[in-house]
Amino acid sequence: MDSNILFFLLAGTILLFSVLTVTTRRILRAAVYLLFVLVSTAGLYFMLNYNFLAAVQLTVYAGGIVVLMIFSILLTSHISEKAKLAGMKQSLLSALTVVAGAILTIILLMNHQFTASSEPAVSPDVQNIGRHLVSYGENGYALPFEVISILLLAAMIGSIIVARKESLAANVKPTDENPEK
Amino acid sequence: MTGNIPLEYFLILSTIMFFTGIFGFLTRRNLITMLMSIELILNSVNINFVAFNHFLYPNNLQGHFFTLIIIAVAAAEAAVAIAIIINIYRNFKSIEVDKVNQMKY
Repeated sequence: MDSNILFFLLAGTILLFSVLTVTTRRILRAAVYLLFVLVSTAGLYFMLNYNFLAAVQLTVYAGGIVVLMIFSILLTSHISEKAKLAGMKQSLLSALTVVAGAILTIILLMNHQFTASSEPAVSPDVQNIGRHLVSYGENGYALPFEVISILLLAAMIGSIIVARKESLAANVKPTDENPEK
Repeated sequence: MTGNIPLEYFLILSTIMFFTGIFGFLTRRNLITMLMSIELILNSVNINFVAFNHFLYPNNLQGHFFTLIIIAVAAAEAAVAIAIIINIYRNFKSIEVDKVNQMKY
């Protein structure tokens, strides 16, 4: 019975703070509300017994992405600055679209009959996860694992090159233009 | 430990969260808050995958690994997006999408 209360508590936190994230006018507060949403999602994963996933959610999202966002907010805007809101007409039309889409989706999923698989369950503990992540047979995820590692390397190099100052490239250029001279 | 919460509750939660993210993406004018809306959308998809894996297909861990990979892609996306945003700020002194209307000086 108490796990029901826990679910509704987490769901209420997620819904409240995700609405606040997209409606608040202070950008730094939006980042902190997003942090609450992500931590509550990690709580949901803990509730479903996906402990490793919840730990990854906490370290990567709450520890990494939100901190990165707060850094970039502090670099690009003043703390006291308030964000401009969209025009009345645009907000109204967006709200209409969003509410219609949400109602349509909820009606569809309430009418759909989900059938659960009856095969024995696999426990999502770290030993199983590690074994699946590097095996290449059935239920092996070695290929996505390698692709993700290359993606992370490419993203790291790409973001360093995009964000660095132009003067670094300009300093190197004139010396090796014509090596013969 | 899930008690007797049906799958539909998780799906409704993630639906509302997804459309909140869409609303933010449509109405916000600041690049960083638009990025936050995208994170909300990705997070709601993660909840969907995890709920489906837990309730419908507990015999393998496909949803779990999808979620892990989505989290990694989201981290890479946030890093590249923030690098681009900082570069835009250096050139335009603003990250409002209304003011960023030139490809090149």
